[in-house]
Amino acid sequence: MSVTRDQIVQWLENLAAVLSENKEYLTQLDSAIGDADHGINMTRGFNKVMEKLPGVADKDIGNILKTTGMTLISSVGGASGPLYGTFFMRSGMAVGAKETLNREDLYELLKAGVDGIVQRGRPVLADKTMYDAWAPALEALRSALDAGMETLPALSQAVAAAETGMKNTIPLQARKGRASYLGERSIGHQDPGATSSYLMLKSLLDTLQPA
Amino acid sequence: MKKLINAVDDVVREQLEGMASAHSDLLKVHFDPNYVYRADAPVAGKVAIISGGGSGHEPMHGGFVGMGMLHAACPGEVFTSPTPDQMYEAAKAVDSGAGVLFIVKNYTGDVLNFETAAELAFADGIRVQNILIDDDVAVKDSLYTAGRRGVGTTVLVEKIVGAAAEAGYSLDACADLCRRVNQYGRSMGMALTSCTVPAAGKPTFELGDAEMEIGIGIHGEPGQKRMPMSTADEIAEMMALEILDDPAYSRTVREWDNDAGSWVDKFLVDEPFQAGDQVIAFVNSMGGTPVSELYAIYRKLAQVCADKGVTIVRNLIGPYITSLEMQGCSITLLKADAEILKLWDAPVNTPGLRWGI
Repeated sequence: MSVTRDQIVQWLENLAAVLSENKEYLTQLDSAIGDADHGINMTRGFNKVMEKLPGVADKDIGNILKTTGMTLISSVGGASGPLYGTFFMRSGMAVGAKETLNREDLYELLKAGVDGIVQRGRPVLADKTMYDAWAPALEALRSALDAGMETLPALSQAVAAAETGMKNTIPLQARKGRASYLGERSIGHQDPGATSSYLMLKSLLDTLQPA
Repeated sequence: MKKLINAVDDVVREQLEGMASAHSDLLKVHFDPNYVYRADAPVAGKVAIISGGGSGHEPMHGGFVGMGMLHAACPGEVFTSPTPDQMYEAAKAVDSGAGVLFIVKNYTGDVLNFETAAELAFADGIRVQNILIDDDVAVKDSLYTAGRRGVGTTVLVEKIVGAAAEAGYSLDACADLCRRVNQYGRSMGMALTSCTVPAAGKPTFELGDAEMEIGIGIHGEPGQKRMPMSTADEIAEMMALEILDDPAYSRTVREWDNDAGSWVDKFLVDEPFQAGDQVIAFVNSMGGTPVSELYAIYRKLAQVCADKGVTIVRNLIGPYITSLEMQGCSITLLKADAEILKLWDAPVNTPGLRWGI
């Protein structure tokens, strides 16, 4: 199957709703090891994206994603603003003027976005960051595509890997961001950024999956 | 939650409107994106000094905008870093052509947003320097954390580097001075209570009546450790010794290279204090602690410094870098040479700091 522009717009709309539903949950995760604003900031950012989206919904996918990125960069703040903003800017640049995406395009979209996160935040695996959800997800997606799987089952493996990666942040001691100052006290808490990243990928799958 | 606010979503905007109205002789406020800037900016021939960070630390940073200190300040939401468009637009508004120095407290959010802004400003033809403040000795290692946080030294740096810009220092000279002052400064903070972010509606952490939190930052985040409540003397001595006995601290920071048009890593080492050092001592309230208690802390701090052979040659005492209504305090000691003292004593005219005029 190929992913259409309308499905990308639908994904962003669904994601805004999912983040809003999880606002308290993300903020609560953040208050354990951060500064209790992740859900508040992400919701504010995606509400802004929802305001901008109608103006670009008939443009190419690259344009839609880049607009999303610029909006997040200028409205979220914190570390997640530039990180998720860069994710969407880079994914937008990677897909460019396309109006539909095949499964390799979809991989490129996510890969370019995650590369942007790495360049901006310089995380390594097991730092207890959003990268701990993204890295295994991308790897799972790559292997699934290499094994000849179709978009949906491949993406579903990526979501499962992201979920495992997210849960695997619980026993980790944070080495990046505000949580790192807690030292051993950061152990035992799930990383809020890895959680919102998982929700992002999960909501992409839910959007593409026939109800 | 009991606060003097109208609506949670309007807290930052209304505070900025109030500042603009109260201090129209010194500063102006631009909205969407939000930044506070000197009424007479851009100042011809002078390097522009810009800082910023989450709101909730007032008077820092907006209260330090004016002659002899900051040219612009970019306030984020409460305890949330500002966004790059704020620093980028502020840079364009106050750059006289002599370049812009970003003073950035070392918090991941602030660092990432300022770095993005520096890239945008540079792409627009503005010469830019981006210097980190990382002075919090409560953070021991830089290898397994995001490094020391930027706390009390920020206030002293903004005064000193602001005076340097006023005196006509070049952009690179301002950046070198800023880096050096940061390396000379060390701070330690503690809390008696938590604080409540308006949007969250409840205290960020719970602290029992008989407890205190040692080694906090400035965002109501949990600190290094929790201890039974103690006396002013014991608390002052513990904090002063953490600072005075802090060994050499090394880390790698990223700075902007205008010639290469890219980021470069710099390895920096802060040397420990030594007997014979002259220092500026800064005792700061986290917002809820009265000045009277700060003097009790200063009294003991001065004794401990004297015992260590360290001479306090200037001091600053009061609420300058706060965490909303949190009770608690921080101590900053900054090694001061003749150049730094001269710049410290230079005239300053801002809502938050004013002397020599």
